Amino acid sequence: MARKNSRQWLWAVLGWLVAILLFFPIFWMFLTSFKTEVAAVATPPQLFFRPTLENYVAIQDRANYFNYALNSIAVSLGSTFLALLLAIPAAYAMAFFPTKRTKGTLMWMLSTKMLPSVGVLVPVYILCREAGLLDSRIGLIIIYTLINLPIVVWMIYSFFKEVPKEILEADRMDGASTQQELRHVLLPLALPGIASTALLSIILAWNEAFWSLNLTTFDAAPLTAFIASFSSPQGLFWAKLSAASTLAIAPILIFGWLSQRQLVRGLTFGAVK
Amino acid sequence: MRIFRSAKIIIVFIIGIFLVQSLHACMPSSQAAGKTRLTIATVNNGDMIIMQGLSSQFEEANPDIELRWVVLEENVLRQRTTTDVASQGGQFDVLTIGSYETPIWARRDWLRPLNLPASYDVNDLLKPVREGLSSDGQLYAVPFYAESSMLYYRKDLFANAGITVPEQPTYSQVKEWASKIHNPQNGVYGICLRGKPGWGENMAFLTTLVNTFGGQWFDMNWNPTLNTPAWEAAIGYYVDLMQNYGPPGASSNGFNENLALFSTGKCGMWVDATVAAGLISNPKESNVYDKVGFARAPIENYPNGSNWLWAWALAIPKTSKSPEAAERFIAWATSKEYIQLVANQNGWVAVPPGTRTSTYENPNYQKAAPFASIVLRSIQSADITQPAAQPTPYKGVQYVDIPEFQAIGASVGQTIAAALTGNTSVEQALQQSQTSTERFMRHTGYIR
Repeated sequence: MARKNSRQWLWAVLGWLVAILLFFPIFWMFLTSFKTEVAAVATPPQLFFRPTLENYVAIQDRANYFNYALNSIAVSLGSTFLALLLAIPAAYAMAFFPTKRTKGTLMWMLSTKMLPSVGVLVPVYILCREAGLLDSRIGLIIIYTLINLPIVVWMIYSFFKEVPKEILEADRMDGASTQQELRHVLLPLALPGIASTALLSIILAWNEAFWSLNLTTFDAAPLTAFIASFSSPQGLFWAKLSAASTLAIAPILIFGWLSQRQLVRGLTFGAVK
Repeated sequence: MRIFRSAKIIIVFIIGIFLVQSLHACMPSSQAAGKTRLTIATVNNGDMIIMQGLSSQFEEANPDIELRWVVLEENVLRQRTTTDVASQGGQFDVLTIGSYETPIWARRDWLRPLNLPASYDVNDLLKPVREGLSSDGQLYAVPFYAESSMLYYRKDLFANAGITVPEQPTYSQVKEWASKIHNPQNGVYGICLRGKPGWGENMAFLTTLVNTFGGQWFDMNWNPTLNTPAWEAAIGYYVDLMQNYGPPGASSNGFNENLALFSTGKCGMWVDATVAAGLISNPKESNVYDKVGFARAPIENYPNGSNWLWAWALAIPKTSKSPEAAERFIAWATSKEYIQLVANQNGWVAVPPGTRTSTYENPNYQKAAPFASIVLRSIQSADITQPAAQPTPYKGVQYVDIPEFQAIGASVGQTIAAALTGNTSVEQALQQSQTSTERFMRHTGYIR
């Protein structure tokens, strides 16, 4: 009994250590956002200091945070919706009606993630220019959808594979059409998995920086562009950059915190039988 | 089924947002409402932030123009604007570019030549800066601020050590002084210099060091000369100086890191951009604001190219949809009247330095900026056409005005940073740099 207790303690301590280690950069960024620029770069680093809101005031003076935040929300939700719309039928076909090329197709989809983004920057830029999609939310939604589609298809595919085929066969025996089968049987069963996939897709789109910096200028610029505008080649900027980053991650942090139960449930869906 | 119901609500919400945003994206912009929109790509630094703050006055005086700011970090800005201009994206009307890019982009016909009105007084712009922003005698960009390099030192530490600094010190003296004031036990390092790899970071400083030691990047036939005695002497001096009297981890220190170290009293000396003078003299940003001494950038064997020349300038890309409005804006942002406006609003010490003769002739500026005369002499002495002791096939003091230099400078910067950390010897680093640069120049057709 004592041995079991001490092992539990060990795991608990290890868990806390990992959590603290992961959370520390965010905590330090939050702390730095309330320092002056000189205090932010002081050595040794200051844990106790007189907090100031001057960085937040300076940021609001220089940039309209809400425009950027609105773009981030629109683009991450829009791209997630579009990715799910394409991925659910694709994953359904691959999970329940596989052909000899299904595995290869899935691997190929994943392999597109290995291509460095900068390698296709100029062709994508020219395509967007020709389609009039530079600095537009629609352009960014399409790009993010394409970026996240392989992961979304893979995740939903693996969740669908966990659903027993017998259940689908039973509803087919009862005369359900494909659409009814998807809507009334499969989606409710795989909903925790789909929800966690959606959450992951939103987080990935929210954090994406390369394409958002390269394809937007003003109208469609999301929060990643907002953060980038506070990094400086000359002069001290850490405190303002920390304040901008805190504002940029706040919505997604709150969103992740509120939905963490759903996220964990979905990610461990079918893991323990 | 509760979870299914809430999922339905989320999906409806997502569709709603999607549709609203789609409709919003399709709505007419204010351009249709009669206003010309100017999109300005710029870097995030103090002078640009002041300009952004004062730009409402330009909009009030020009009610037909609406300004839209895209502020980015220097490297991101360079990549972003290059992609846009090279692929004719037409996303920007005004670009913030440096002395390095301006002549290269002008030769590629990416920039509009500037024809500013007589009232602008082009001849008031400092000649070396003006020439750096021209190609074949035609001006393609106007400077928003310009800089050279200079030596900063701690007057209190030097007084304690009994050192008097002449206006034009030498690198041999710098080494001797560093050994006297180096006191790491008390958290003071003899000297701070750039070590972070990059063509605009460690290689900017090191190119000036090599110049004054008698070296250069290429001979007149574009053959790299990185394994010559002058390079070995300069880089050997640098590595020895920094390993003995520099701060720990110097290979990751760029301008900002050294600014932080100097501002917090950790450096006895620092050779870097003249623009730092205003920052380290500002009580809000520096703990040593009242203890800073100024001198010209040190020299060694030759005076040519011992201090650099750089300008951040405003230019109009050929793809701009509103070039006339853009020219009106850049004429305003770099005018004498704008400098007076900054002085009225933020004080003379905050005006953009290094651009106009009239600024340096102004007694108010001379009083507010004790370093002004050194900055002016430094800029005036920097000659981009004769950056080294021997003739060069290129222009540029701390860079080479060819597009390939960014890649070459980054690669050489990395091998020298490795020598600074002790992972390789100076000789090996230079031989490796020579080989890679030779290969690069052969591939790009400069040498056969």
